[in-house]
Amino acid sequence: MRILRIIPVLTILLAVATHSADAQCKAFAKKTVLPELGSYTHDGNYHAAVLVEGEEAELYKTFYSDMDYRLSIGGEDKIPPIEFTVLDANRNVLYTNKENKYAKTWDFQLESSQQLKLVVKVTSSNRSGETPSSGCVAIMFGFRVRR
Amino acid sequence: MNNLVRISFRLLMLVFLFSGMLAGCRSGDRKTSERDRSVEVIMDDAAIYEDIQKAERIFNALPSPLESAMLVKSAGAQFNESLLNPVENTRNYITNKSMALNLGIYTCDLSVASLYDQTQLIINYMNAAKKMADGLGILDAIEEETINRLEENINNREAIMDIVSETFMNSNAYLEENGQPAVAAIVLVGGWMEGLYISTQLVDIKDLNGNKLVSRIIDQKLSIDILLSLLESSKGNPAVDELIEQITRIKLIFDKINLTTSPVRPAYDQSANVTVLRSEVKSDMTPEVFRELATVVDEIRSSFVK
Repeated sequence: MRILRIIPVLTILLAVATHSADAQCKAFAKKTVLPELGSYTHDGNYHAAVLVEGEEAELYKTFYSDMDYRLSIGGEDKIPPIEFTVLDANRNVLYTNKENKYAKTWDFQLESSQQLKLVVKVTSSNRSGETPSSGCVAIMFGFRVRR
Repeated sequence: MNNLVRISFRLLMLVFLFSGMLAGCRSGDRKTSERDRSVEVIMDDAAIYEDIQKAERIFNALPSPLESAMLVKSAGAQFNESLLNPVENTRNYITNKSMALNLGIYTCDLSVASLYDQTQLIINYMNAAKKMADGLGILDAIEEETINRLEENINNREAIMDIVSETFMNSNAYLEENGQPAVAAIVLVGGWMEGLYISTQLVDIKDLNGNKLVSRIIDQKLSIDILLSLLESSKGNPAVDELIEQITRIKLIFDKINLTTSPVRPAYDQSANVTVLRSEVKSDMTPEVFRELATVVDEIRSSFVK
C-alpha cells in the first residue's frame, strides 16, 4: 500500500521536473540554437519543445521573396540527431538534412513568397529494450533583406 | 500483493507518461486525441512506445512583429509616425487581452521605429512594450538593463534589432512555457495586425499595380490560415473566440484575391551555399477588394488599440 501513497508525491515531483525541463528549453535554444543564426536577424519567435526519440513535430510558416533566410534546428546532446524536411504546399520535398549529414542549419531564399511546411523528427537510436531518450528541440529562423 | 505492485507500477508509468505530455503541451499544439485518450487505459511498454512514435506536435509560425516591420521597410515604404499606436494609450490597457494585443502592436511599432532609426521613439516604444509585458506578469522579458543596453546602442540598428528580437522571444517563451499559449497567440495576432494595418494605410489606392507593398499585403493571404489555426488551438477562450470572428472577416476578404503559384523548384547555388526556391506567382487584387480590406483592418485594429 505504501507505493500507492507515494504516487501523489511522485506526480508533484514529475510536474515540477517537466516544468523545469521546459524552462531549460529556452536556455538551450538561446545558448545553442540561436548562435547558429550567425549574421541573420532572429525573427524573435520561439519554437521549442521536449521531444522523445522517434517523435515528429510540424511547423507551418510563410516565407517572403526578397528575403534571405536561415533555418537553425538543434537538439540536446542526449537525444539522437534531428532530421528535418522542408515541403511546399503540395507536399513536394524541397530539402532534407538527412542527405546532408543531419546539418543543423539551412540557408535559402525564395523567388516568390510561399507557405512551407517543416517536418522535424528526432531520429531513433533503435536500441531495443531501452527507454527512449527525450530532450529539448528548438527551431529558429533568421532573416535579412536580400542585398 | 504481486498484482498490487504490478498495478502500481503501471499507474506510475501512466503518471510518467502523462507528465511528459503536460510538458509537451506547453509548447506547440498536440495533435490530439488518440494519444490523449491513450492515457485512460493501461498499456504495456511497447504500446506506450508505439504511441509516442505516432505523436505529433504542430507549430503555427506567424510573421513576428519584427518580421512584419521588416516587410514594410523592405517594400520601400516611408515612415509615418501617426500610424503607430501612441504610447500614451498604455494606460488604457488593463485586461490581459488588451495588454497581449498591444504587446504585439507596440513590439511591431518598436521594430518600425528601429528600422527607420527613430531613436527617441525606440526608447518610448520599448518602455510601452515593457509596461504590457509587466502587466501580463511576464518576468524578466524586458528588464531595466535591456532599456539601458538599448540606450547605449541607440545608433546601432543591428544591435537594436537583436535586442527587440531577444525581448520578444523572452515574452513568447515565458508565455509558452508557463501554460499561456492563448496569450502568446494573442500577442502574435496584435503584431501581425499592426503590420497589416501600417501596410494598408501606406498604400495609395491609385498606385496598386506593381506596388511592392501591395504584394506584401497579398502575401498575408498565405498566413491567414496559419493565424486561424493558431487561434483555433485555444478555441473556447472568450478573448480568442472574439479574435477568431474578427480574423475570419479578414480571411473572407483575402479569399477574394486570386493567388496562384507555380510548383516550387529548388536549386542549389554552390557559390553562395544557399538553396534558391524558384517559382512564379500570379495575383490580382481589385481596388474594391483593397479598399474593403483596408477598411476592415482599420476597424479591427481600432478595436485593439482603443
